[in-house]
Amino acid sequence: MSNSTTAPEPIIELRNVTRRFDDNGFIAVDDFNLTIERGEFVTFLGPSGCGKTTTLRMIAGFDRPTSGQILLGGKDISKLPPNKRPVNTVFQRYALFTHMNIYDNIAFGLKLKKMDREEIDRKVKHVLEMVDLEGFEERSVATLSGGQQQRIAIARALVNEPEILLLDEPLGALDLKMRKEMQIELKSMHDRLGITFIYVTHDQEEALTMSDKIVVMNGGQIQQIGKPEDIYNEPKNAFVADFIGESNIFKGIMTGKMKVRFCGGEFECMDDVPEGTQIDAVVRPEDVILTAPEKGTVKGVVTGVVFKGIHYEITVESGKYEMVIQSTKTPKVGEEVGMCLEPDGIHIMIAEDHTTRFDADINDDYSLEYNGKPIEADITSIIKGSTLKDGSLKDSSGETIRPENIKIHISIEPADIELTDDAEKGLTSGEIINLIYKGDHYSYVIRTSKGHDLIVDDEYLWNLGDIVGLIMPAEKMNFTLAK
Amino acid sequence: MKGTFQRKYLGIPYALYLLVLVILPLIVIVSYAFTDSNGRPGIGNFISFFTDPNTLGTLVYSLVLAFVTTLVCLLIAYPAAYFLAASRIRSKSAILMLMVMPMWINFTLRITALKELLTVVEGNLAFHPFMNSVIGMTYDFLPFMILPIYNQISRIDKSLLEAAADLGADPRQAFIRVLLPLSMPGVVSGISMVFLPAMTNYVVLDMLYNSTYIMGSLIGSYFSAYDWHGGSMISLILLVIICLFTLIAGNDENEGSVRGGSVL
Repeated sequence: MSNSTTAPEPIIELRNVTRRFDDNGFIAVDDFNLTIERGEFVTFLGPSGCGKTTTLRMIAGFDRPTSGQILLGGKDISKLPPNKRPVNTVFQRYALFTHMNIYDNIAFGLKLKKMDREEIDRKVKHVLEMVDLEGFEERSVATLSGGQQQRIAIARALVNEPEILLLDEPLGALDLKMRKEMQIELKSMHDRLGITFIYVTHDQEEALTMSDKIVVMNGGQIQQIGKPEDIYNEPKNAFVADFIGESNIFKGIMTGKMKVRFCGGEFECMDDVPEGTQIDAVVRPEDVILTAPEKGTVKGVVTGVVFKGIHYEITVESGKYEMVIQSTKTPKVGEEVGMCLEPDGIHIMIAEDHTTRFDADINDDYSLEYNGKPIEADITSIIKGSTLKDGSLKDSSGETIRPENIKIHISIEPADIELTDDAEKGLTSGEIINLIYKGDHYSYVIRTSKGHDLIVDDEYLWNLGDIVGLIMPAEKMNFTLAK
Repeated sequence: MKGTFQRKYLGIPYALYLLVLVILPLIVIVSYAFTDSNGRPGIGNFISFFTDPNTLGTLVYSLVLAFVTTLVCLLIAYPAAYFLAASRIRSKSAILMLMVMPMWINFTLRITALKELLTVVEGNLAFHPFMNSVIGMTYDFLPFMILPIYNQISRIDKSLLEAAADLGADPRQAFIRVLLPLSMPGVVSGISMVFLPAMTNYVVLDMLYNSTYIMGSLIGSYFSAYDWHGGSMISLILLVIICLFTLIAGNDENEGSVRGGSVL
């Protein structure tokens, strides 16, 4: 067990792994692809319900993929029961056997392997030393503190010398100070043992501190894979930028070569994106430079100042935009300030297409419907030159078009969908599963009862978990005809 | 709360209850047990209990009957409770309710119905008195075995079984090394809730025409024959046996919780 291996060698590979739960059709993990190299410290990071624990459970064998493969050293293990896999798990709430003492807990796996008594004694003693709990063999689980139980859980997994150690939010139940200590210890344990660690957490700081590689997940999908520095400095999309660290995110547009306009100002940036491209600009609060009002690229009024220890957190309102700034300067509330940005303080992300698309149902009388709710649109204006007379639709050449022969695609922009708290109102309804503040509006991810995710921009603040109705005005819809 | 009322006055009815209905009768029983019919103190009743083959035989019969009943209850209840607790079906509580529902129906009615059923099957109940008693009592006491075991197994953290599998245990090993030991408090509760009543409940035997005496009916027969001294001694011996039994069961339970519904 040494860390001297040089050439990267994949130890575990997940190929198109999908996990759909039968009872409600919920897709916990969606087409997950990842290769982990031997000896790496990989962290699955994401909010609760993002699929990170399900992915870990599939690697451990407690859960099986609905489709896809999990390869360990090149062999598919996705159908192997957990007891046949060379991986061990440290559980979220430790899962120590309360009816056994510490020795028997740690020796559990070794005894099953029919190892001889002296060997087991030696290994238990060794692993207890490693977690700094020498002489705890005879103690009962109930007499240990949370931190000690955590160490025993780690010892119990490590004593089996697994190829991969899986850790499911192992520090979640510890207090802050203990958590920091254990982070450092886990990291040094990883460096010493050279075992591959796969770590699950929703704590971005924990992930940034410990990992070689971070896999940011949301809604069952990988958002970004990368080194901690890359994830922080070069977030791939608005979700990652918002989830990792504090950030201001603005909608904007490229106005020239390495020139971008957002937040009511034009800035130089480092990303070469074609002119006219819709973008999301990420600005970290520590990268905003406060200046005198006339010297700033944009001006604003301070609306809040909060002391945060090493810096102040200052909120500045500039027109309809809001910017959060971290600075050691202390402007007063109501004061006018200017704001500047260095080109390397702006991270440009090409805005994803968030248009909602669906197909309308066409009734026999050519009225449109979705989800059993009417769409107020005139079919004759969608199919150019057509006329509706006596209940039959004729195209410009006078030929009859039957409802079952046409298909109408509908698309609508995120900003054109209205949210309402009456779930019955609107074409469909769903639960808010994610929200990101984008300077002058919120961008919501709404999961409908059918399991589709769609994006809605709204200036009002709704809460995570709210069930909302989605009103889609027909005049904002874009109709296209397909035959 | 000023004035002379003190909270401890609320305890007076309970103290009276314990004194009149528990402690005094106990003193009466002890004093009767250690005196003969002429009121002279002595341990004659004690000696005659352990020298009379009839009384000794009854004690052994009661113990065997209670033991077999408990065993049968356990063998039926454990798998039922286990599968019910482990299953992920939604109608779990409905099934559990069905299993427990006989408790809601009048006891005499249930045993009478069972008697008719057994008569149809066996012809004459007198052919298998022991077996019929076991069947009757198992039918009667089964819910008391299922409930505590079910409760205990439901409380076991599923991640413990995952941990066992993770550490290399196959399902059988995980059951034997983790689930079974962790479910023991429920089993002990169940045993004490079945074994003790099974030793003394002579109504079931009576109604199913089992003419053999068990401890309960034996005491009854002494009192009907106005041998209050002998009857008291047998009650006392039974009391001591039950005390010993609950002590042993109680010790076993120390580790786990007793929320499963022990008689203690």
